[in-house]
Amino acid sequence: MAAATHEPEHHTSTGLNHRKLLMWTFLGSECLFFGSLIATHMINRNKAELLHGLSPACVLDIPITSASTFVLLMSSVAMVLAVAASERSDLKQLRIWLFSTAFLGTIFLGFQVYEFSAFVNEGLTIGTNLFGSTFFTLTGFHGVHVTVGVIWILSMLATSFFRKDLVTGDPLNIDITGLYWHFVDIVWIVIFTVVYLVGVFGLNCVEAA
Amino acid sequence: MATANQMLGGVLAKRPVSATGVMSWITTIDHKRIGILYGVTAFIFFILGGVEALLMRLQLSSPEAGVVSAEVYSQMFTMHGTTMIFLVVMPMGAAFFNFMIPLMIGARDVAFPRLNAFSYWTFLFGAILLNVSFLTGGAPNVGWFGYSPLTNDTFAIGRGVDYWILGLQVLGISSLAAAFNFIVTIINMRAPGMSMMKLPVFVWMTLIVSFLLVLAFPVLTVAITLLLFDRLFGTAFFDTGAGANPLIWQHFFWAFGHPEVYILILPAMGIVSEVLPVFSKKPLFGYTVVVFSGVLIGLMGWGVWSHHMFTVGLGPVANSAFALITMFIAVPTGIKIFNWIGTMWGGSVKFTTAMLFAIGFIAMFIIGGLSGVMHAVAPSDTQQSDTYFVVAHLHYVLFGGSILGLFAGIYYWWPKITGRLLNELMGKAQFWLFFIGFNVTFFPMHFLGMDGMPRRVYTYSADQGWEFWNAFSTVGVFLIGISLILFIHNVIHTNRKGERAGNDPWNGRTLEWSIPSPPPEYNFAVIPTVKDRDAYWAEKYSEDPDGRPIPKVQGAAQAEEKPVKIHMPTPSYYPVLLAAGLTLIAGGLLSHISVSVIGGIVSLAAIYSWAFEPATAPESTPSDGAY
Repeated sequence: MAAATHEPEHHTSTGLNHRKLLMWTFLGSECLFFGSLIATHMINRNKAELLHGLSPACVLDIPITSASTFVLLMSSVAMVLAVAASERSDLKQLRIWLFSTAFLGTIFLGFQVYEFSAFVNEGLTIGTNLFGSTFFTLTGFHGVHVTVGVIWILSMLATSFFRKDLVTGDPLNIDITGLYWHFVDIVWIVIFTVVYLVGVFGLNCVEAA
Repeated sequence: MATANQMLGGVLAKRPVSATGVMSWITTIDHKRIGILYGVTAFIFFILGGVEALLMRLQLSSPEAGVVSAEVYSQMFTMHGTTMIFLVVMPMGAAFFNFMIPLMIGARDVAFPRLNAFSYWTFLFGAILLNVSFLTGGAPNVGWFGYSPLTNDTFAIGRGVDYWILGLQVLGISSLAAAFNFIVTIINMRAPGMSMMKLPVFVWMTLIVSFLLVLAFPVLTVAITLLLFDRLFGTAFFDTGAGANPLIWQHFFWAFGHPEVYILILPAMGIVSEVLPVFSKKPLFGYTVVVFSGVLIGLMGWGVWSHHMFTVGLGPVANSAFALITMFIAVPTGIKIFNWIGTMWGGSVKFTTAMLFAIGFIAMFIIGGLSGVMHAVAPSDTQQSDTYFVVAHLHYVLFGGSILGLFAGIYYWWPKITGRLLNELMGKAQFWLFFIGFNVTFFPMHFLGMDGMPRRVYTYSADQGWEFWNAFSTVGVFLIGISLILFIHNVIHTNRKGERAGNDPWNGRTLEWSIPSPPPEYNFAVIPTVKDRDAYWAEKYSEDPDGRPIPKVQGAAQAEEKPVKIHMPTPSYYPVLLAAGLTLIAGGLLSHISVSVIGGIVSLAAIYSWAFEPATAPESTPSDGAY
């Protein structure tokens, strides 16, 4: 939430801004949220014999997801540039990089929509088997986080047109948006490694009898 | 700029202005008012949860009684547990966090006043959502731990479990928002000079509880989300037919559930650590050790969850490891008990009602702690598991522990909150009735459990030899009931003609006693500068060479300075609106999806309006120059 403020920045005991500290504690909580979801996936991943040809090795498409992962990583770079522009009060650059971040985030979401529909076409839905349940739930929740991030960034972009003071006078608003965005990216790196790369490593697709 | 701001600052409505009346309470962001709201709401649910308990006790008072059916009995024990944990002990703790933390650290409010209001309203709406299940045909009936696969739609038919899941989701949002808020408040808003090791112990315990909430609640969120998906969308997380291991539910639930029991007890430990020094006229014995024991309990609380699962067959290695850690966690708890006793030792102890409750807490917690260590021995636990022995244990720590501790806090801080002292004579009578009633109710359960009486079974036959202690136990419930009626009478009496409390009726040690009772909206006219651990005590007393307190000659009486231009945050509609929106989203999943859509729209509108609304309305500070 882009808390708009004109309150004077209060003195704090640690020197850290309240809102920034709030975001860090929130992200700490999110770590446990995604940690639990990833753990659920890990616990159930070795049940290939129950997956009837719809195991990770059969459906996951590593090259495509590598591309989407690259796109998401680039969006983080764009976010870094947006934060830097906000600190310089460079409104034009800020808008360019905010837009780029949201745009790349949307592309990532597009990849996810494509991936989901491809899996469904192959017969893997959220209710098909344990892999389907854990996969769609975990990556789905991540996708929701990316969507929230894109909406948030677009909101900041819109804000930069009618409340310039909130994005340049107070770089914290963009800074906090960036913290969230980077977190969502880092979570994806873990998911990509654990679910995709480790998920298919050394495993062959066992077709259903 | 001004027009843009008006456009955004008032997207939905003008800023609320009333300072009195119902609307002022709905839109309040004053931490003291929110604390009172939390306390009153939690007390109402305490009565509700108590009635549920009463029904169960009446049913069990004689063999094969027909007070309630088996189905209703199952709903009663599920809702009793859920209510007492999530709607009574946690929010009662939150009531004290809210009212007291800013006062104890010398702050004018919490870090995020509107988020604080949001926490309260989300809690209230979530609690209502959970209890609506009674009216819509069947409350949850699966126990407060909702063990899978019994909660799957194959076995738990009807919406009860869905209400339970979605109610807990909404309550979880409330707890998380509050925990974020208090972590930032305690870390960032301490008065100048108040280093972490000068924080009052209650503040320390609140900080630890907040960290536990932040880290434990998402685990429950995931567990109940997976269960909800199983029930609504046909996923296979707990479907044994698809090869799932339903034990994962137990691991998740207790990985949350065991930190949760420390979330329930640490606030009471904090309160007792404030009450005992004041009424012993001595500083807390071993402050540092008490604080670090609390931290250690918080850390070790993460490594003991499987002691709830000794009988599921995890194997000797896992059982031994968890048995050992569970025994170790008794060490920091035991240290605290010795410190509390050491605090009273040699002090001039004054047996006020608050002190009686605090001492009662220690005694009852020792009994509950000892039976806890008995459970830590895995083979012995196998014998006790799912019997009334466990019911006795958990009520000794939660009722004898948490609730007695919270009552100590009620009697201790009542004068600060309301400006009037609760009647001591009635208070002491209440304590003894409560204390005796509690023991009459729960001590016999040790015997019943050892004799094999199972938990969560709605009746028993006459030839099992359990009638006497069951009837005895039910008598105790009435004593507890009478003591609560006496408490309510005391509150009403005190509100009408209770003795006025000055700033400092107990000769207190911490900063909240340095300001008027009840405190003004801005709390401190001048933010205090802290030099000592017991900040207010050190202002009043110095020590002689033997460590005995000598009253300081008050210097030039500090004229109560009129505060100059303190900008307090302005009330807001959006916290309550957002809370309503989120609850509607959850409610829609139980009724019709269109309700969720409306809830989503309301939430979005509230979020954006909130985000662009300045914390302090510009019109309230025209000379500020911000606009």
